Amino acid sequence: MNARTLTALLRKELLMMKRNPIVPRLIVAMPVLVMLIIPLVATLDVKDVGVAVVDNDRTELSRRMVADMEASEYLHITGCYARHDEALRQMENGRADVIVSIPEDYQKDWTSGKKPRLAVEANGVDAMKGTLGAQYAARAAARSLTQWQAERGIGLPAAESNTMNLYNPTLNFRNYMIPALMVVLLIIVCGFLPTLNLVGEKEAGTIEAMNVTPVGKLEFVLSKLIPYWAVGLLIVTVGMLIGWLVYGLVPEGSVGSIYLAAILFSLVMSGLGVAIANRSATILQSIFVMFAFIVVFQLMGGLFTPIASMPRWAQGITYALPPRYFIEIMRAVYLKGATPADLAVQYVALAGFALLLSLAAAATYRRRD
Amino acid sequence: MNKETVLSVKDLTKRFGNFTAVDRITFQVMKGEIFGFLGANGAGKTTAMRMLCGLSYPTSGSGTVAGYDIVRQAEEIKRHIGYMSQRFSLYEGLTVWENLRLFATIYGMPARQIRERSDEVFGALGMKDMRNALVKDIPLGWKQRLAFTAATLHSPDIVFLDEPTGGVDPATRRKFWEMIYKASSEGMTVFVTTHYLDEAEYCNRISIMVDGQIKALDTPAGLKEEYHATTMDEVFRTVARNAKRPG
Repeated sequence: MNARTLTALLRKELLMMKRNPIVPRLIVAMPVLVMLIIPLVATLDVKDVGVAVVDNDRTELSRRMVADMEASEYLHITGCYARHDEALRQMENGRADVIVSIPEDYQKDWTSGKKPRLAVEANGVDAMKGTLGAQYAARAAARSLTQWQAERGIGLPAAESNTMNLYNPTLNFRNYMIPALMVVLLIIVCGFLPTLNLVGEKEAGTIEAMNVTPVGKLEFVLSKLIPYWAVGLLIVTVGMLIGWLVYGLVPEGSVGSIYLAAILFSLVMSGLGVAIANRSATILQSIFVMFAFIVVFQLMGGLFTPIASMPRWAQGITYALPPRYFIEIMRAVYLKGATPADLAVQYVALAGFALLLSLAAAATYRRRD
Repeated sequence: MNKETVLSVKDLTKRFGNFTAVDRITFQVMKGEIFGFLGANGAGKTTAMRMLCGLSYPTSGSGTVAGYDIVRQAEEIKRHIGYMSQRFSLYEGLTVWENLRLFATIYGMPARQIRERSDEVFGALGMKDMRNALVKDIPLGWKQRLAFTAATLHSPDIVFLDEPTGGVDPATRRKFWEMIYKASSEGMTVFVTTHYLDEAEYCNRISIMVDGQIKALDTPAGLKEEYHATTMDEVFRTVARNAKRPG
C-alpha cells in the first residue's frame, strides 16, 4: 500500500470529477430534486376518497351520516342518489371510490330496536384506496350512529378504542419516505458513478496505461471507491438538510449514526459498481447489469413495500440485499432515535457486505489478461 | 556481441482459443537499440508487445525484459519500462502537467525531480505554454509527444511504443522521431511498432511479423540486400506476400 500513489490517484479522480460537465451537478441536483418532488407525489396516504351515497331513508339520522362523512378529512361526498345504479355510474366514471347505501326505514328500525345494516361497496380497481376508503366511510357512519343513539339514550355507546401511532405520530407517509429516499439516492449515485467511471477508463484506454505502470491493485481500486464515500456523505447531508428545512423532519437519533451507515453503504454500492465494471467491456453492458441489481434493491429492499408483508421465500432473499439493512437503520434512527448499539445487527451486516464487495472489487480487477 | 541484452524472448506464443495470434517468436533487443517491430494490421504486433509489457500472459514460451521474467515477474517489469499504447491514453480531462505528475508519481519519482525533469522536457519541446492546457484541447501531434514524455520521464530501461505516430503528418512524425533518437542516444532502448515503412528506415534493426511469426529480422540495409530491394517498402511486400490473415 503506497500512500503517495493513492494520493496521486485520488487527486486525479477529484480533478476529473470536478471538470466533468455533468457529475458535480448531478451529485447536488439529484438529491435536491428527488427530496423536493418525490415526497410530495409518492404518497400512499389515502385521502380524498369519493363517496356516493344512496339514501333510501331520508331521515335526520341518514342526513347526519352524510354530513359527518363530508366533514371527514379523508372523504368527500360526490352526491346523494335515489337509485343504486346512479351511484354505480359515479363509480364507473371514476368520481366515486365507495358507495354507501342507507336502507329504507333505517332510522325507524334503530328506534324500534332492530339492527339494520348499511351496505358499503368499494371499487377494487384501486384496491388500496377502495378498501381503506370503505373502512373510513363505515367508521364515520358508525360514529354518527353512536352519537345519535347516545343523544336519545338508546343502545349503549360502543366501547371505542383509540389507536395512537408511536414514532410517526401523525402517520405521515412522508416521514416514512424521506429516510428511504436517501437510500434510493445512494443506491443510484454510488452504484452508477464508479461503474461508469471505470468502464469509461476502459473505453478511453487509460486503464491500460495504468495497468502497464507499477500502480498497485489496492491503490487503484481504493481510488475508485474512496471518492464515492465523500459523494455518499454529501448526498446524505443534502438529504438531511432538505428533510429538515422543507419537511421539518430531523433524525430522532444522532446524525453520526446516519453518517456511519451511509459510509458503509456507499462502500457497498461502489464496491458492487467497481466489480461490475471490472467484468464489463462496455458502458452499455455495465449499465444493464447495474440496473438489474438496482431494480431488485429498490423493489425488494423494503423501500416502498414492507418486507414483513412479502412471502416467506422473498423475505429470505431480502437478507442478502444490503439496502434492507441500510433502510432499517435510516428509519429506526430517523423515527425512533435508535443508536448503533440498538442496530448492531444491521451495522455489522452492512459492514460485512462492504468488506465483501470491496474484496470482490479488488479480486475482479485484472491487470493482465 | 559487445552490447548487453535488455529484452530476450524464446518461442513466445499467444493463443486465443484456436487462433494463434503470436506464433513462437524468438528474438533479442540490445541496450540502446531502436528496434522496429513491423507487420501488417493483425499480424500480432500489439499482442506480442502486450506480453512483453506484462499486460498479457503468454500461452507458452519464455523471456526476460529488463532482466525480469515475463511470466512470473510482470509487476517488476512494469517498474522498469515505459509504454505508449496505440490508442492515445493519457487522461483527456487532466492538464499536461497533471498527467505527467500522475504517471511520474506512480513510478515513484520524488516530487522535486518530477518538477525539474518536466520543466526540462517542456523547455526542450517548446511546450511551456501548454503546461496547464487540458490534454483534450491540444493537437494530436502534441498529445503523442506528451504521451512519449509521460512514458519516459522516469528513465525506463526500455520504452515500448505501439504505433506511436498514427494519424499525423510527416513533419510531425519527424519531430516525434527526433524525440526517439534523443532518448536512444541517452541509452534508452526503444521498441517501436509501426506500419510506416519510412519510419522503419530510422530503426537500428527491424523484424517483420507475418501471421504471428517473425519472417525477417535484420538491419534495414541488411534486409534490403537480402531481398534485393531498394526500399523497405519492397522488402515488406516481398516478406508479407504470402500472408493469410486479412490485413
